Amino acid sequence: MSSNTHGRITLLLFLSTLLPVITHAQDKSRFFTDPGGAGLGGLLLVLLFFLAIVVGTVHLVLKTSALKRLIRKDKAESSEENVEKFVAKLDNKEIDKYLKITRMREQKGDNKTGTVLPSLLLMLFGSILSYPVFAQAAPSRTSLFSQGGIIITLVLILTPILAGVILMIIRVRKVARKIKIKREIRESEKIARYLKTLSPEKVEEVLKKRKDALNYSLPENELSGNLEPEDEKGIIRNIDEKANIRFIEEKRKAIQRPQIDPGLSKLVIWYLVSATIWLLWGTSVGEYAGIKFVAPDADHVSWLSFGRLRPVHTNAVFWGWSSLAMLGLAYYVIPRVSNVKLYSMKWGWWSLWLINTAVFLGSISLMAGINNAGGEYREYIWPIQSLFAIAVVLTLVNFIKTIARRATHEIYVSNWYIIAALIFVLIITLVAYLPFWQDGLGETISQGYYMHQGVGMWFMMLTLGLVYYYLPQQLNKPIYSYSLGILAFWTQILFYTLIGSHHFIFSPIPWAIQTVAIVASLGMAIPVIAGTTNFLMTFKGSWHNLSGSYTLPFMLVGTIFYFTGSMQGSAEAFRTTNLYWHFTDFTTAHSHLTMYGIIAFFLWGFIYAIVPRLTRKEPPQVSVGIHFWLAFLGLMIYTIPLMIGGTMRGIMWMDGKPFIDSVTAMAPYWLWRAIGGTLMWISHLVFAYNMYKMIRPARVVNINEEPLGMEDDGELKLVEI
Amino acid sequence: MEYFNNHKKLFFTVFAFFFILTVLIAIIPALRNQEINTPLPGSQPLSGDALKGKAIYIANGCVACHTQQVRNVDMDKMWGQRPSIAADYSTIKRTDIWRNTATLMGTERTGPDLTNIGTRQPSIDWQLLHLYQPRSVVKESIMPAYQWMFEYKETPGPKDKVVNVPAEFMRGKKGKIVAKPEALQLVAYLMSLKQVKLPDGTPPPEFIYKKKLANTAGTQGASAGVELDGASLYTANCQACHQENGEGLPGAFPPLKGSKVVLDDNPELMINIIMNGYNARQSEGFGPMPPIGTTNNLSAEEISAILNHEKTSWGNNARKVTPDEVKKLMDAVKK
Repeated sequence: MSSNTHGRITLLLFLSTLLPVITHAQDKSRFFTDPGGAGLGGLLLVLLFFLAIVVGTVHLVLKTSALKRLIRKDKAESSEENVEKFVAKLDNKEIDKYLKITRMREQKGDNKTGTVLPSLLLMLFGSILSYPVFAQAAPSRTSLFSQGGIIITLVLILTPILAGVILMIIRVRKVARKIKIKREIRESEKIARYLKTLSPEKVEEVLKKRKDALNYSLPENELSGNLEPEDEKGIIRNIDEKANIRFIEEKRKAIQRPQIDPGLSKLVIWYLVSATIWLLWGTSVGEYAGIKFVAPDADHVSWLSFGRLRPVHTNAVFWGWSSLAMLGLAYYVIPRVSNVKLYSMKWGWWSLWLINTAVFLGSISLMAGINNAGGEYREYIWPIQSLFAIAVVLTLVNFIKTIARRATHEIYVSNWYIIAALIFVLIITLVAYLPFWQDGLGETISQGYYMHQGVGMWFMMLTLGLVYYYLPQQLNKPIYSYSLGILAFWTQILFYTLIGSHHFIFSPIPWAIQTVAIVASLGMAIPVIAGTTNFLMTFKGSWHNLSGSYTLPFMLVGTIFYFTGSMQGSAEAFRTTNLYWHFTDFTTAHSHLTMYGIIAFFLWGFIYAIVPRLTRKEPPQVSVGIHFWLAFLGLMIYTIPLMIGGTMRGIMWMDGKPFIDSVTAMAPYWLWRAIGGTLMWISHLVFAYNMYKMIRPARVVNINEEPLGMEDDGELKLVEI
Repeated sequence: MEYFNNHKKLFFTVFAFFFILTVLIAIIPALRNQEINTPLPGSQPLSGDALKGKAIYIANGCVACHTQQVRNVDMDKMWGQRPSIAADYSTIKRTDIWRNTATLMGTERTGPDLTNIGTRQPSIDWQLLHLYQPRSVVKESIMPAYQWMFEYKETPGPKDKVVNVPAEFMRGKKGKIVAKPEALQLVAYLMSLKQVKLPDGTPPPEFIYKKKLANTAGTQGASAGVELDGASLYTANCQACHQENGEGLPGAFPPLKGSKVVLDDNPELMINIIMNGYNARQSEGFGPMPPIGTTNNLSAEEISAILNHEKTSWGNNARKVTPDEVKKLMDAVKK
């Protein structure tokens, strides 16, 4: 019965997403009626991707429905005829085998639960994944798709979906295999039951032979000999007799790392805890702001009005969550790869408190209506933002002094990126807040520069530095190419610095600056492709690690979005694509695809990688999985409708439709955004729970470690929070 | 390379590279643009209530949804008579010691552009009512309601600015809604947002990416038979006040349904009102009508489509007009 309900929900999901798309597809074809031959190649590429996803989805649907049928058939089948037919073909040896299995099953007890539900859940996931696919189908008939930028974007949107479908196929196949085995076991039970109904002579005959067979037994020490087993070299580890629920694979545990300065551990953990709190605060505010698109009269309180909440959300997730998490992780990396202690622990704590204070005061002041001038991401007034700047200076000096005392000859590439990011964020903050060049259009030019360098030279730069450390660490092998990392480093600085003005295409700022920005946006392909290649080639040969790790899936998703999100940014900068997408919710989708898909996913991967090493407490693997899938699906459900809706809206504007019609048309897409946002928000609650599980202060007495700790000189103690 | 193994050299190189690019792409262009662009002759810096209103606009983050830039692309021409130019922003200086310059160009257009709102929607009554409850005038709006800028009074004093809120948005209360100074200041700021005419003889920059020629040809050929879509033109230009059902809002905007002016066989007065504005019914409590045909650059074809929509909807049944007739009358009423 439950399968039917699930099926109905799936169908509902399908229909409700298709509905608005179909209606608006008509608007579109009316406007773009000229056939375009120019983008034929690109169109074919899109179709190819689309086809791959359709094939994948169909495969998934067939597979899951086959599973469903199998399960239903199993329940319905009761006639003995089949068994009889089957037994007639068997020889005694085989009967023995079946009997043996039956006996084993009886001893072990039943293991029936956990097959129907997972397969149905997977089917539901599959259908959700496939909805954006169908959503894309309608537009691809029109020649809007002869535009280069749009084809690029479509391919980029489809890439993570394809990756998701492939992941899902692997999962479903596993479940299918398990169900098949169970089915065979059940069949054997039936045969065993049937055997009881046979005449005594027949049974006797069977038993006689069986007895003979059973009487023979091996001594069971043919390979091992008579010696006691002993693991002299300490090779065997990770033995776990208490396994998880069967359909979820047991992931690898974090390796304990000796010699972590307990003071540093505490500092890093407090950075990450603060970051988690700001993530919860910032996304709760964002979630509420998103709901206001659907229910504008939810409240009439000045502190909670949309215009005030929006900057609270963006700044809290920027300076609170992302920045603190990045810095915390960097405090771990810098001393580690320099092979020395951190220069000053005290400055580290000062930085932490200053940033926390800045975000706290900033959030309050924005809600109270104290706003710098409405320039995005520089809404905090200068006295508040300067707290952040002082924290960055302290951290920068601290890091450089640490690197200066390094025990290694070379400076590892992670440190290039991290130090560069800290230098750059200081420069851009000064450019944004110094008053000398802010009059009139000067404000717009420095705003374009600032908002994009904030994203590219602070968040992206620092996170990339962290990837160069944590990805190889988790794969337990060096980065694929050090040189590619260096190439990406210099080209990132060259191109990214020049592209800020692409946020103001067609505005009164000089046409030449706009053109430079567009050209440099294309140049971004070099660092992005270099980086993505480097990460994927590091993965290569270690893909088997992916399914056994709870950190690597986050990093893989981060890598995929690093490519698709960044290249989408380049595609958006074209003048033609700017016509459709500028000022619409497409840009909102893009910023979430990047700040969330790239930055947040990488940061989560890194956090799950090191916190268990610092505290020796693992997060529950099931809830890490829930966090991952809710965040990933939530992000897709959030961004894809907004991209579709944003495009529709741009087309309506170009078509000269009344503005209010374009507001009405966005309603279903805003609803989907609220749904996706809710999934993302729930995933953050799960993440916070995991954080709690990793650092909870309850002391776990490890009988093996206690005596050691008592003799210890205090340098290797567990971290107390 | 040994050079990059020296942290001082490496990080100084990184700093210098980024700093030089920053100077070239941001600082020099910014300095140069604030230097070469001077205010247009007709423009005035904000003062008094409008200046205070701008601070309220900034504090409430209106820029999150409203742009203030008319781009030089065809789709933006509904927001202003000409594309915005650098000189339009050159009067804007640093707000005060605590706060930066606010050009408020914006990057999202969830709501309409406001560059020229003082010309496009000059009715203060409409603006106040819309701020109090946007859905009372635009049913589909998702704009926040700024009700904390208003207060409820049983009996408003003689100096109070009363907002005629429709009964359904009064939650059963019998008194009046009165605008606080914040609301009046904010509206004063909105009223100040008007595009300044370019000095005589200077042609405005063109709107580019015009709609494809095939479409234009279609509409020209259409003057023989098919008309423009009057309903959608009505939505874009008239509906905010006169409402979708043509009944207006009692005490604020007069109805077109059954209106003598609309039903008149001679469309001259109607065209005169559209082109030159109207304030003859203020004694009845209706606000002045802005010269919407002039401010929104409506063509004779567009106006005749709107007229015919109004003359034949909501039970109205008057003689239709032709674009040629409208064209002649437009020339006749031109001031």
